Amino acid sequence: MDNRQKEIDNLKDYKYGFTTDIESTRAPKGLNEDVIRFISNIKKEPQWMLDFRLKAFERFKQLKEPDWQKPKYPKIDYQDLYYYSAPKSIKDKPKNLDDLDPKLLDTYKKLGIPLQEQKRLNGIAVDAVFDSVSVATTFREELTKQGIIFCPISEAIQNHPELVKKYLGSVIPVTDHFFATLNSAVFTDGSFAYIPEGVRCPMELSTYFRINASNTGQFERTLIVADKGSYVSYLEGCTAPMRDENQLHAANVELVALDDAEIKYSTVQNWYPGDKDGKGGIYNFVTKRGLCKGKNSKISWTQVETGSAITWKYPSCILKGDNSVGEFYSIAITNNHQKADTGTKMIHLGKNTKSKIISKGISAGHSDMTYRGLVDISPKAANSNNYTQCDSLLMGNKCGAHTVPYIKNKNSESNIAHEATTSKISEEQLHYCQQRGLSAEEAVGLIVNGFCKEVLQQLPMEFAVEAQKLVGISLEGSVG
Amino acid sequence: MKEQLQKDFDNTIKNLTLSQRDIEIKKFYLDNFINKGFPNRKEEDWKFSDLNQIIKKNIGELSFYSDYTSTNKVDTSAFVDGLEHNKIVFINGRIEKIDFDYEKKDQIEIIDQSETISKFNNNSSLSDLNSAFTNKSFKIVVKKGYQLTKPLIIYHTTNSKIWSKNINLRLNFELYENSSLRLIDLFRDTSEKNFLNIFYNFDLKENSILKNYKVDKFENKNIKYSFNNIEQDKNSISETFILSSGSNFCKNEINCNLKGEYSSAFVNGIFSINNNKHHEIRTIINHLTENTKSYQLIKSVLEDSSRAVYQGKIFVNSKAQKTDGYQLSKAILLNKDSEFNAKPELEIYADDVKCSHGSASGSLNEESIFYLMSRGLNYQQSRELLINGFLLDVVEKITDPEVKNLIKNMIGIKE
Repeated sequence: MDNRQKEIDNLKDYKYGFTTDIESTRAPKGLNEDVIRFISNIKKEPQWMLDFRLKAFERFKQLKEPDWQKPKYPKIDYQDLYYYSAPKSIKDKPKNLDDLDPKLLDTYKKLGIPLQEQKRLNGIAVDAVFDSVSVATTFREELTKQGIIFCPISEAIQNHPELVKKYLGSVIPVTDHFFATLNSAVFTDGSFAYIPEGVRCPMELSTYFRINASNTGQFERTLIVADKGSYVSYLEGCTAPMRDENQLHAANVELVALDDAEIKYSTVQNWYPGDKDGKGGIYNFVTKRGLCKGKNSKISWTQVETGSAITWKYPSCILKGDNSVGEFYSIAITNNHQKADTGTKMIHLGKNTKSKIISKGISAGHSDMTYRGLVDISPKAANSNNYTQCDSLLMGNKCGAHTVPYIKNKNSESNIAHEATTSKISEEQLHYCQQRGLSAEEAVGLIVNGFCKEVLQQLPMEFAVEAQKLVGISLEGSVG
Repeated sequence: MKEQLQKDFDNTIKNLTLSQRDIEIKKFYLDNFINKGFPNRKEEDWKFSDLNQIIKKNIGELSFYSDYTSTNKVDTSAFVDGLEHNKIVFINGRIEKIDFDYEKKDQIEIIDQSETISKFNNNSSLSDLNSAFTNKSFKIVVKKGYQLTKPLIIYHTTNSKIWSKNINLRLNFELYENSSLRLIDLFRDTSEKNFLNIFYNFDLKENSILKNYKVDKFENKNIKYSFNNIEQDKNSISETFILSSGSNFCKNEINCNLKGEYSSAFVNGIFSINNNKHHEIRTIINHLTENTKSYQLIKSVLEDSSRAVYQGKIFVNSKAQKTDGYQLSKAILLNKDSEFNAKPELEIYADDVKCSHGSASGSLNEESIFYLMSRGLNYQQSRELLINGFLLDVVEKITDPEVKNLIKNMIGIKE
């Protein structure tokens, strides 16, 4: 028991809250055409990329910030942010990990991502993004042997322009909504992965995002293309230091699956959630969208959302190809003053398309959680199916749990089923566990893990263990 | 539309004997409506049914003036046979008859409220329109401990004398302690293309029971909106049944405030529509205190290119522990052009609650049809049997046996 208590004490505080004292280069504060040119210039981007950004910026100027979401936040001054920040030592890209600033390596070690060791371990290929730039990518050679391209997107723009040009913005166009368009204009880095025809990616690909500098918005862009018959499993993790002010994170993630391809995208989001009184924390306004472009393709989103002051995102699937499949598994946990408005969109366009949504929301403390989702079966999507289940668990009467599903069925040969429940942990369950010698907190942990099991099972091994712990930690102090 | 509204308003006011203050109030509501106009899809509550467009497409120019000075003849042959009942008769929006023959006279009070506009807890533009143009609004009070022996049928009749008109109706009901009322809203329209805008308010005191059955069965080209506000005190029960079928467009809104402990609300509805009809039910059940209960069941059968929308919301505030809220919507789409949209919503701020909702939509189960056909029924019979059974489920929820039979006969559901 003592051990467990120690572990809990250890984990109770946000352990990723440290800052790294590292010199950084920044773009001038504010958002204007010059800053966009500055970013494009520093990245030595070709003209078409700059045009892409400027087009998005033109559009952005006409857009209004949306305000229909449940969690309200104070107005963001977009002119008071830095749109580019990079560790100074990165200016000339290191050839290999040994050239990397030791401080950076240390940072990732503290985060539990030892880039060095990973070289030797047969595990996961990592692309580490520090503030605005990608600092290291591991396992490059091994992946290259199979024809897999896995690199920072800024590099992909240089080395594989034909692929980037073809797919960038094909799922999230520059004319999309406010935050997505902002990202299109100012995105700084992110990961790019291309899996060639018929290749089954031998290891998990992973990106680790870290915001370090203050006053910085992080805008990364991820693009994953799975060519015909390929398979890839992709992991994403994120942390940020503890700061009193709120920081904006507005990333775009685009997935494209061609015929018979499968993409599995898992996220463990653990941005700094703010302190007990709701001060500080990350605004996580992310746009994630997958396009099942080809026949028999499949995209599966799994997310564990425990961090951020406000989480506002809807990883979506556009099921365009016939027989394509979309899945969404989510656990969202809010505690203290955290707020979340998350869910998914399943847009059925092709015939025989199937989608499944499993969402588990847990709110505690003064937090507020909303599941918002859309299932839209278009008139042409004959013989399509959707199953949705969203369950909410409430702890205490100061928090809220809401479900707002939009269900549109325009095809008589298609079926949609939706279920939702809201409840609390029953006294009987607690009593049963405690009778068998568990403390109240342990009992809650056990029950909550059971509640989330369906989703946790979907995560790759390494993540599942971390996520399970995270679920327990996020709810510390919410019992009683 | 603005000049039309202003002109029709001035004409309507002329025919009424109103105090200066009342005219001012009505003017205020008119200005509100002119500012907002008819609701459109930009408003979240009208996302699936753009009333502005629907009126434009189906009616075009709408006239808001109604001449309430001349009376209409009440056609007694239209009354429901075989069920003794009290009546309120509206013809073309004018109240022609109020008749509580079967009840003790001193137990029911009918108050003419035409001179004071009762405020509605609803600041939608349609409520403004209603307030600006309603001619007479009555308040019907059922006294303490009195239970009406016979149901009350409100006949809403329109005939070919009017077209392209906006009709605004308003009724208030107050049910005192331990009283009960059964109410049937019956729509019979032979008119073409009018817009009916109906507001009901129900105030349910302790231990009172309201059963409200809304039957829109007969084929007509009208566009209808009906808003029902139900306030419930301790131990009160409200039961609402909606048969949504006849009109070209119909939207029923039920807003229920469960303010007293152990109060409960039941909403059951059937959409049975064809052609290019577009119907909607929107419910908001507000659980505002402990130990309240709500139950909703909505079933739809959609033919041709018809469209049904169900927006249901269960709201539970932080005081409302031990809430029991349930909501289920099911739809059968019979044609490839039919469409079902649902937005079942839960907004919950208390933890010791049991709330759930379910929604399913799809085609008729081919296996069930095969099963029935293998037992000697033809395809058409099997299909009818299945649909019958599907809808019967909702009709069986009606707790009043007399009304249940009446409605069963009316929609031709066989057991």
